[in-house]
Amino acid sequence: MLEFENVSKSFGGLKVIDQVSFTVRRGSRTALIGPNGAGKTTLFNLISGVYPLDAGAINLEGEDIAAMAPRLRIARGIARSFQNVRLMPHLSTVENVMLGEHWRASPLALAQGRRAAQAARAALDAAGLSDYPGQVVSNLPYGVQKRIEVVRALAAKPKLLLLDEPAAGLNPAEGEALGVLLERASAGGITLLVVEHNMHFVRRLCDRVVVLNFGRKLFEGTPDEVHRDPAVREAYLGVAA
Amino acid sequence: MSGYASGVLAQLAINIVIAYSVFLPAAAGLLNLGAAGFVLIGGYAAGALTAKLGAPLAVAIPAAGLAAGAIAFLVSFPILRTRGVYMVLATFAFAEVVGGILLNIPALGGAAGLSVSAYAGLPLVLGVTAAVVAFVAWLLATRLGLAMRAVHDDENVALLFGCHLRLVQVAAFTLGGALGGVGGALLVHQFNFIDVQTTGIVFSIFVLLYVLMGGTQTAWGPIAGALFFTLVPEGLRRVAELAPALKFLEGSRYIVFGAAVVLVMMWRPEGLVTRTLMDRFYGFFVRRNHA
Repeated sequence: MLEFENVSKSFGGLKVIDQVSFTVRRGSRTALIGPNGAGKTTLFNLISGVYPLDAGAINLEGEDIAAMAPRLRIARGIARSFQNVRLMPHLSTVENVMLGEHWRASPLALAQGRRAAQAARAALDAAGLSDYPGQVVSNLPYGVQKRIEVVRALAAKPKLLLLDEPAAGLNPAEGEALGVLLERASAGGITLLVVEHNMHFVRRLCDRVVVLNFGRKLFEGTPDEVHRDPAVREAYLGVAA
Repeated sequence: MSGYASGVLAQLAINIVIAYSVFLPAAAGLLNLGAAGFVLIGGYAAGALTAKLGAPLAVAIPAAGLAAGAIAFLVSFPILRTRGVYMVLATFAFAEVVGGILLNIPALGGAAGLSVSAYAGLPLVLGVTAAVVAFVAWLLATRLGLAMRAVHDDENVALLFGCHLRLVQVAAFTLGGALGGVGGALLVHQFNFIDVQTTGIVFSIFVLLYVLMGGTQTAWGPIAGALFFTLVPEGLRRVAELAPALKFLEGSRYIVFGAAVVLVMMWRPEGLVTRTLMDRFYGFFVRRNHA
């Protein structure tokens, strides 16, 4: 589904991503973990086109998307959420979710058109967020905003969903609701690539884990294998006392 | 209605139309300090059409919008290469260039200004204003309007969700320019006169302030801003006329007015009318209805 071939990216003299290669299989729920500064978010930014890569290729279903305009990538099935909430603060909850499927709409279609707004409302209901349809998002609690971001990305009906620390800052109940939402998305055929520090969340949700450290791939395997691997334990999880 | 009241009302309506010319780019995150430029283009185009070519207002007003919109489209490409305060300067410079060119066309009156005899009465002015308000409200409700507001909030994220950044910004700037032209056409035919001196930088600053004070988040903002800027100085003048004790306001009303502007900006930095305010407003009525 998504293949990284020797992808490299430097900022100034710092090699943030160094010859990384791995494959995200269709329908998988892959976690991308690693210490802070390992290059996880940079890798997401390369996939979504925030900045160009220096070398290598990123193939989505066999097509190299490295040079594709960022605006067009959502139409190829890539949607994402952000580490820090990046909802549109002055738009309502429903309007933010409508932005998710914006790329499929014609520019003069009435945004408040009943069908689009109803679909957005239904998506929010399904995510357990039916309490705030018309409200401006900047006034909502953090945990709610965080989940609206996921609903917005899902509204794009992506093939590949990139989630940058979706569970960070959520309370246990919100984390649980998010897990259910993502499992449902995965069951619906969406491939998940998740950056997450919460290992409990990762072990529950993901079937595949890629570990990055200092811009290099350190390990790739199942959550249990990663948990047992001594190099990963040392770099990331901490050496057992 | 007294001549004074209808004069103030017509001025207010024209100010609202011109405020929307700056509001549309502002709603997409673009600061336009060149309102005077588009008003001059529209005003002189419409004035020349009626005064020199004998065209009716029904032709001159839309033509003014088209002319100003076409120029706005052309200049939007270089102007959109700039950001923030540099865009403010670029749009200001554009308006200065328009003024400079018009001053040097003797056929259009030069520095003496352009006088026209066709008159746009209050019903016509109010009718056009209502149409402009309806157009802006409709536009904001469309996908393009949603994209404009999304670009205003976070253009990088809007881009990743498939908004065509350049298209959205050019459209907002062009449509804004067209509305400025319509406002200019109303202005020249309401006062039977337009000149470059009175439609200069101070004019552009006031229009930008209407929008920033009123708020860029909803279509109500420019109306609130234009109301504030048109009625508060007029009100202060009336107070000075009616109450001899407050006679000092006659000369110093702009000091009081300026202080009021500062206070409003401190109290409501995002403008008088915000989405949050509208939420509370609607919420109040919805709860009332449930009770």
